[in-house]
Amino acid sequence: MLSIKNLHVNVEGKEILRGLNLEIGKGEVHAIMGPNGSGKSTLSYVLAGRDGYEVTEGEVLFEGRNLLEMEPEERAWAGIFLAMQYPVELPGVNNMTFLREALNAVRKGRGEEELDAVAFMKLIREKAEVVKLPEKLLKRSVNAGFSGGEKKRNEILQMALLEPKLGILDETDSGLDIDALRIVAEGVNSLRNPERSFLVITHYQRLLDYIEPDHVHVLAHGQIIRSGDKHLALELEEKGYGWILEEAAA
Amino acid sequence: MSTQRELDDLVKAGYEAGFVTEVESDTLPPGLNEDTIRFISEKKNEPEWMLEYRLKAYRHWLTLEEPDWAHLKIDPIDYQAISYYSAPKKVGDGPKSLDEVDPELIETYNKLGIPLEEQKALAGVAVDAVFDSVSVATTFREELAKAGVIFCSISEAVHEHPELVKKYLGSVVPHTDNFFACLNAAVFSDGTFVYVPEGVRCPMELSTYFRINEAKTGQFERTLIVADKGAYVSYLEGCTAPMRDENQLHAAVVELIALEDAKIKYSTVQNWYPGDENGVGGIYNFVTKRGDCRGDRSHISWTQVETGSAITWKYPSCILQGDDSVGEFYSVAVTRGRQQADTGTKMYHFGRNTRSTIVSKGISAAHGQNAYRGLVRMGPKAENARNHTQCDSLLIGDKCGAHTFPYIEVRNPTAKVEHEATTSKISEDQLFYCRQRGLKEEDAVSMIVNGFCKEVFNELPMEFAVEARKLLNITLEGAVG
Ligand SMILES: Nc1ncnc2c1ncn2[C@@H]1O[C@H](COP(=O)(O)OP(=O)(O)OP(=O)(O)O)[C@@H](O)[C@H]1O
Ligand SMILES: [Mg+2]
Repeated sequence: MLSIKNLHVNVEGKEILRGLNLEIGKGEVHAIMGPNGSGKSTLSYVLAGRDGYEVTEGEVLFEGRNLLEMEPEERAWAGIFLAMQYPVELPGVNNMTFLREALNAVRKGRGEEELDAVAFMKLIREKAEVVKLPEKLLKRSVNAGFSGGEKKRNEILQMALLEPKLGILDETDSGLDIDALRIVAEGVNSLRNPERSFLVITHYQRLLDYIEPDHVHVLAHGQIIRSGDKHLALELEEKGYGWILEEAAA
Repeated sequence: MSTQRELDDLVKAGYEAGFVTEVESDTLPPGLNEDTIRFISEKKNEPEWMLEYRLKAYRHWLTLEEPDWAHLKIDPIDYQAISYYSAPKKVGDGPKSLDEVDPELIETYNKLGIPLEEQKALAGVAVDAVFDSVSVATTFREELAKAGVIFCSISEAVHEHPELVKKYLGSVVPHTDNFFACLNAAVFSDGTFVYVPEGVRCPMELSTYFRINEAKTGQFERTLIVADKGAYVSYLEGCTAPMRDENQLHAAVVELIALEDAKIKYSTVQNWYPGDENGVGGIYNFVTKRGDCRGDRSHISWTQVETGSAITWKYPSCILQGDDSVGEFYSVAVTRGRQQADTGTKMYHFGRNTRSTIVSKGISAAHGQNAYRGLVRMGPKAENARNHTQCDSLLIGDKCGAHTFPYIEVRNPTAKVEHEATTSKISEDQLFYCRQRGLKEEDAVSMIVNGFCKEVFNELPMEFAVEARKLLNITLEGAVG
């Protein structure tokens, strides 16, 4: 479903991704781990189409389409969803309004009927239940004054609503308390199905206890330097990155 | 990666209301002297006292100097190059029914989406349409008359209700008030008169759509709204003007008078032609709007959505004379291209326990310059008077500007004034976030802008809030990029 080949990306003239390769199949969950500043968020932004990330080499195909030629909103319609490491605040924009506008924009983009207000209300209540997001947060401005954990839950709520084909979670676990971590993970698990894939960026094995990955990759210096199954994450938890970096350098 | 080209096209897509209606008009050649004024007065068959009123104002105007331009950059206006009277010719004394109205005019209003024909009218909205200078059609008048509400053109009021006009005209904005108000008093051509008698709640929203059409004609509308004791009226003014190369002057005067326990709600949605992207053409809008809370517990509320005009200079104000009277000002002002807006309000607290609320939302895009200028004055007798001012600016892009000038004068130690101001910017982060969720950039902008303006839109009557939102979206199309 997603195929990244030899991806090179510059940010502000500096090369951050240096020949990254990654294949994600339908229904698979891939975890990416790696030291701070190694380029994990950069990868997620490039996939989502953020401005300022210059692709100098390589290609990215999403269900056979050239992803790099698409506008960010077209990627969203095509089924790419990015739960951000730092969700953005939209003061004054009612969360419920935002969710409805987003859902209808995506539905329109996918050639589906827009939902009317009643159908939307029903749907949003259902979905909010999945991530246990208090209803009062739906009435507030998007993410404005939300706690770190509330923001992350709001991200997962959006993902549940927009039903992407590929969900990219950039450190969704950071800032979550133990209960919230479980709730969010269960939310993600409930969205897992044979058609839907996930790319989970995290620093901690803990999240992967809940969301069991099919593959684990280590990203360092702009490349995937090691891939394995879920046991790789356990090994990293125990030993850190030093040994892999040394092996890769050797 | 960006949709820059499409956005540029949208910016240039131009002003939707920019078309000129071809009707023969009865237009006075440019120029201003006492004969001009006599001509206008005679055309309107006015009584002597009205002519005297005009001449007195004109003579005073000659002694005045044009005001200093606040925060605005402006080319000098040649008052002799303006035509002071223009009326669609075929209308004559004014049509008795819609059948008599020039079909071209009706078409013009249709293009603007204004429901002139009663069956098309928004339920419960009476429309007094002002085409250039003469009121061409008034709907729902009979129903209003049943309630005792007078809703007619000011020229008619001069003939039919001279005692009311004499009593109230110029009682809030005297001709000596300022340069433009004085000019208006001398040459005003037409406008709207509303009188709601004691204890009557006006059964529908009243509305006037102004339209400036004739080239080089200034518009000098005069609006007078009186709510007698315990009366209530909600009034909406909406404006559009076709595209013109010359800057057109608009100097209206609006006077509101609320007696004891009366409430007047006055809403404006203004989208006059702002000029092209280089600042050529466009309307100069210099308006004097003032409400007088003359009676105890009276209430005047101004709501305005200003998206048009090359230059806007207006400060709808409240004089809070009655004890416990309330003044409110809710404003959204948008500037883009080369537009300049200097707007705000003045709240004069004279009575005891008077309260005022000011909510001003300024949005600047492209090279737009937006200034909020507000005066809150607490007089010596304004025991326990309160004001709360909230003044927010939103910037789109980095070539625009927002400026805030609050003036506060407190002469009573028990009075309290609060002022809050914020400036924010639509960030690249926010736009990316919205687009990642599937929204197009312009939809994201309009959603953020609508969120920003929510408090003001909430004050507009429902149908007009929808209208205002649409207008804002059109105005800001392609503002980012
Ligand atoms: N806009 C930018 N301007 C300059 N440098 C940038 C920018 N964005 C990212 N970088 C740099 O690119 C490198 C990779 O950043 P990225 O955010 O992708 O790392 P990460 O792997 O997500 O790190 P973390 O684990 O801390 O979230 C860092 O050195 C960062 O400073
Ligand atoms: Mg990161």
